[in-house]
Amino acid sequence: MRARIRKLATIVDETHVEMGRDVSPPTRRAAAVAVIANPFAGRYEGDLEELMAIGEELGDLLGRRAVAALGIAPGQAESYGKAAIVGEGGELEHAAAILHPRLGKPLRAAVEKGAALVPSAKKMGGPGAPIDVPLGHKDAAYVRSHFDAMEVRLGDSPRAGEILVAVVVTDSGRPSPRIGGLTTDQVEGKDGLR
Amino acid sequence: MVINGIEIRKFATFVEEIFHEGGPVAATPLKVGAIAAVVRNPFAGRYVPEIAQLMEQLRPLGLEMSTRLAQALTGGDLSRIEGFGKGAIVGSAGELEHGALWHVPGGYAMRDLLGKAKAIVPSTKKVGPVGARLDVPVTHINASYVRGHFNAMEVGVSDAPRADEMVLVLVMTTGGRVHDRVGGLRASEVKGEDGLR
Repeated sequence: MRARIRKLATIVDETHVEMGRDVSPPTRRAAAVAVIANPFAGRYEGDLEELMAIGEELGDLLGRRAVAALGIAPGQAESYGKAAIVGEGGELEHAAAILHPRLGKPLRAAVEKGAALVPSAKKMGGPGAPIDVPLGHKDAAYVRSHFDAMEVRLGDSPRAGEILVAVVVTDSGRPSPRIGGLTTDQVEGKDGLR
Repeated sequence: MVINGIEIRKFATFVEEIFHEGGPVAATPLKVGAIAAVVRNPFAGRYVPEIAQLMEQLRPLGLEMSTRLAQALTGGDLSRIEGFGKGAIVGSAGELEHGALWHVPGGYAMRDLLGKAKAIVPSTKKVGPVGARLDVPVTHINASYVRGHFNAMEVGVSDAPRADEMVLVLVMTTGGRVHDRVGGLRASEVKGEDGLR
């Protein structure tokens, strides 16, 4: 691995009851998180290739770990999202270099298909900072029942010279969707939107 | 304040002006702004099956917030708005689905105001306590894949949402990240037909 990983974490949240009503089967979201050393902490570096390569590695590692945490076959994944928090020794662009150029392809392989844009968020932050990872349906971004987010945080990360990277995969939408819009059974899955 | 039957306790507007982030100083500083409305959640405290009508009712509030935010960010010059996003924090007596009601009125208000914005408005939502913060994702208004404009803004109001409230949020930006250098589709290359590229 090119990434120097200090820790990996997996968080699975299962919602069994929402507003007093049973949710059956429960909706499930899994976050796979890596805390890595930021090779460019403390200085301005023009060429961010190393972080792009790390992004490719983490798309594979975290995508597979999230799917495994749900105990599903890759094709059963329904929505996804990604995010990064850069410790204070780095800059926002370091998150962009990990998330955008190369992380998506191996993540899509881990969930089978994935015609839609992978929604993302990024920020600077210290240990314990939370990040809301936006979620959208993996094949059709306009599926309204799958617009969601998962808050992720680790108490000790990221330190100044670290980056926290999170990938979230679900096998379901929101627990109680009833605001209309495009539904999963209407998805064509060709253009990534509908 | 009441807009179309929606009870608003407060608005909060935030504008960041970013000159650099450790690298070269930008010729034009990037502006990133958010507006939050703290509104009463009419469905708090109980399960209400039919809630979708609130989406229509929220449309005038969406337009009011979009207009206020553009004013704060660029003095109302809509041609300088290049990125957008939206989100909601639901107080603890509500449910996640109440936050989802903001998708249509929040998104269409900004797209309508900005003329021909083609891209989906990225979004996030959660249930949270008073003072909860929300990371609102941001993308280019006409082409979701413009890599330099992928961003996010952390937003929160220290005394909201109370249990029976929601914080509804819109975010706009005047450009990409200040040290954008990870390649991909450029804003200057946007075709602007399908909302993606």
